[in-house]
Amino acid sequence: MDKLMGQLKRQIIERLNLKDLKPEDIGDDQPLFVEGLGLDSIDALELIVLLQQDYHIKLDKAEDGPKVFHSVRTMADYITKHSPAKKAS
Amino acid sequence: MDFLDELYRHYQLGYPKFHKMDQLSKLGVLATDILLNESDHANKYGSDETGIVLSNSHGSLDVDLKYARTMEAGASPALFVYTLPNIVIGEIAIKYKFRGENAFFVFKTFNGNFMAAYVNGLFDSKLIRNCICGWVDYLGEDYRALLMLVETSGSEKAIPFTAEGINLLNNTSHG
Amino acid sequence: MNPPVFVAGLGVVSAIGLDAAACLHSFETEEAGMADIKILHTRLRGKLPVAEVKLSNEALAELTGLSSGMPRTALLSALAAREALADAGIFNFKDLRAGFISANTVGGMDKTEDFFESFMMNAAAGKLRDVVYHECGSITEIVADHLGINHFISTVSTACSSSANAVFTGARMIRHGLLDLALVGGADALTRFTLNGFNTLMILDKSFCKPFDEHRQGLNLGEGAGYLVLVSEEIMNRLNKSAYCRIAGYSNANDAYHQTASSPGGTGSFLAMKNALENSGLVPGDIDYINLHGTGTNNNDIAEGTAIKLLFDPVYPKMSSTKSFTGHTLGASGGMEAVFSALAIRHGIIYPNLRFETPMKELPFTPVTKFLNHQRVKHVISNSFGFGGNCTSLVFSAS
Repeated sequence: MDKLMGQLKRQIIERLNLKDLKPEDIGDDQPLFVEGLGLDSIDALELIVLLQQDYHIKLDKAEDGPKVFHSVRTMADYITKHSPAKKAS
Repeated sequence: MDFLDELYRHYQLGYPKFHKMDQLSKLGVLATDILLNESDHANKYGSDETGIVLSNSHGSLDVDLKYARTMEAGASPALFVYTLPNIVIGEIAIKYKFRGENAFFVFKTFNGNFMAAYVNGLFDSKLIRNCICGWVDYLGEDYRALLMLVETSGSEKAIPFTAEGINLLNNTSHG
Repeated sequence: MNPPVFVAGLGVVSAIGLDAAACLHSFETEEAGMADIKILHTRLRGKLPVAEVKLSNEALAELTGLSSGMPRTALLSALAAREALADAGIFNFKDLRAGFISANTVGGMDKTEDFFESFMMNAAAGKLRDVVYHECGSITEIVADHLGINHFISTVSTACSSSANAVFTGARMIRHGLLDLALVGGADALTRFTLNGFNTLMILDKSFCKPFDEHRQGLNLGEGAGYLVLVSEEIMNRLNKSAYCRIAGYSNANDAYHQTASSPGGTGSFLAMKNALENSGLVPGDIDYINLHGTGTNNNDIAEGTAIKLLFDPVYPKMSSTKSFTGHTLGASGGMEAVFSALAIRHGIIYPNLRFETPMKELPFTPVTKFLNHQRVKHVISNSFGFGGNCTSLVFSAS
């Protein structure tokens, strides 16, 4: 879970062009929207594309966004729960 | 770091939203910041008294191409937002809270005659008390911004806003 | 005192008709133009409804006399522009300072997409001449050339308010004595670029849109073109016909809130409508019909509705969104809706807002739901609000 959160922080910074931030600047439970990082509605849509492209999870309703993307931890939780089943290696 | 980011740091813009913008919008916002730096703009004018009239020849082609490359794997909303040339006006308006009239025209080359007639018309109709106007263009390695602040009264540095004047300015400032 | 500007002719092509008469017929029979994607090649076929013009490029080319290799936007533009000129009875521009002020947002994007596909597969394969028309400006030039207008040509590109801005730019130039005649409006064809882009913004309705309905789910993209022929009083007197109406006023403002969303209070929309009324010398009570921007997105309809409430309360004129018929035609919408506004005045009609069922809980008014005839339509306000905060309202009055 920590590894996933670390990875997510790097992906968020890269995808959203948060040039002044490093992964360690983003708290696991820090609100991403409104206060906290101050992301906006377009950033939310980019995170939806991130979920789809990098984690193969489709978020159909934009309204679910605020819950899923509340913090890095809620994102990691969601990904862990909804990841398409991995075949046994 | 590209030159626009360098300029951002040099002028200490302190505006995190800058990093989300496409190159055309970054160029427009930076040029506006430099333009307004020396004027007492915020204290002189109310939010709906500033007009913005910009033009270019390549529209939003620079980011159009970048967006198009994302369409296959997963279209990027953040890039799509910029695939309209007037978004640069939107970004300037958002940053400075300008609510006055705004327009974006596409021309092959800078059209001083049209710009002078159009902007003078805005002043004549008393729709605005000042105007940020000119040319902001960006494509690949080529970029150019020529912005003018037009007011009803000028400092000693000011030149009269006429078609001849701005055409001359355009011709002599070409690097 | 502002010199009057008259609407001497009009032309339109949309999902509901290839010319003004056909569109009027569809409005009357309440037949919307949305359907499954049939013409555009996209993997979104079968997934989203759109409002396509029901003709292939080859058929459009035959109607217009342009080559079928031209971008679809140019073909649509030429069709509607020619109808407008013929309607005005203008067949040449001798002795006339004529301007062509046209708007579009996609330019020659359809050709670029064809190029891109082959280019992505094989860098040597794409035909470079296909991208020559990409820019918005080339579309205007192609059509101006085709129509024989060369005195003044300009392209407006301000998103969804583009062609409304083209309309008032032309009116302004006539008022200031810079032009005698202005062919104004815009065109936009459906492309994969915009379809995918709007899809990724998650503002498309998977079913047919319901503007101003409490349960609206977004917009349907459409395509088309709409143009007005504006003339000075002197030219109007020379033409052997009566004007549809005159351009009574207009205004443009910036919402200064977000690149693609309107401020919740509809500040930009409010400013545009209020100033347009003042510019026309009218008060809210004078307006008989509002042609809403009414895209059907959550955001636009509440912002626009709030602005209308603020401006018109407590007496509201009849209003509707014709996008419930034509879809959102982006750069063409202002021009097309200007045509519909002029027709409303000429024929005393009010268009219905299709598929409206539940009033929005925040608003004390509802749109018209049936086509209405024999109405007193003297003053119409037409709204066009674009990305980038660009808000325009046009006011048309019976002449």
